[in-house]
Amino acid sequence: MSIEVNQKNVDWVENETVEQLLKRMKYTFPLVVVKINEKVIPKKDFTVSIIPDKSKIAVIHMISGG
Amino acid sequence: MHKEKAEKIKKKLKNSVIGIAGLGGLGSNAAISLARAGVGTLVLVDFDKVEEKNLDRQYYFLDQVGRLKIDATKENIKKINPDVVVKTFNMKLIKGSMEKPFKDVDVVIEALDNADTKAAFIEEILTKLKNKPLVAASGVAGYGHSDRIVTKKLGALCMCYDEQAKSSDDDILMAPRVILMANWEANLTLEILLGEDR
Repeated sequence: MSIEVNQKNVDWVENETVEQLLKRMKYTFPLVVVKINEKVIPKKDFTVSIIPDKSKIAVIHMISGG
Repeated sequence: MHKEKAEKIKKKLKNSVIGIAGLGGLGSNAAISLARAGVGTLVLVDFDKVEEKNLDRQYYFLDQVGRLKIDATKENIKKINPDVVVKTFNMKLIKGSMEKPFKDVDVVIEALDNADTKAAFIEEILTKLKNKPLVAASGVAGYGHSDRIVTKKLGALCMCYDEQAKSSDDDILMAPRVILMANWEANLTLEILLGEDR
């Protein structure tokens, strides 16, 4: 019962939403894109999208510098 | 064959329009590379003036300190190739109207510095200018670790990305890595314009 977030193994939590996962992972940088199993999740769905077990999740964030 | 390819590329680039948001370490260097490569028209957007401390990584010279970055970059491009058409916008990109200068370009390059502004810009371009190719960069700070940099393709968005780099608030910005990423963005732009090099 685990998921993969940015190549790291993380425990799967039943009924966890994208928003809750991001909070659990302490991702504080401005987000660009969240993908679950290659599918892009729109920002408006972060509070309703439930993460399935064994998902591969990619979180692309923006950090300062230029 | 080689000549044919060169002629084809030259023609295609001459007719291309590239927009660059921000003329700091990423934008000033990407602009110069694209001008050298033969891009016909560059649309440059920035509000800032050149400062002496910028010279550690940005494509400016001591005698340009105090001048608007749009004017200094235009001058540098014209020294390399006077035929490049350079359109300049002296403006700060504000949420709600960030896409305006880029409506008619073929590819947009995100070359801003602050993470929130970068993310807001990407969201606005992707939602307001649907299917407009957009090249962005994240994770430019520090030195070394060139091999951590990857290209992420996410629909119309192409990102030059180092997931493990620190924010420039907690790390230093240095010419080699910033210019590497600036040219990575410029190189991705060519790939979008010309198709994959085979």
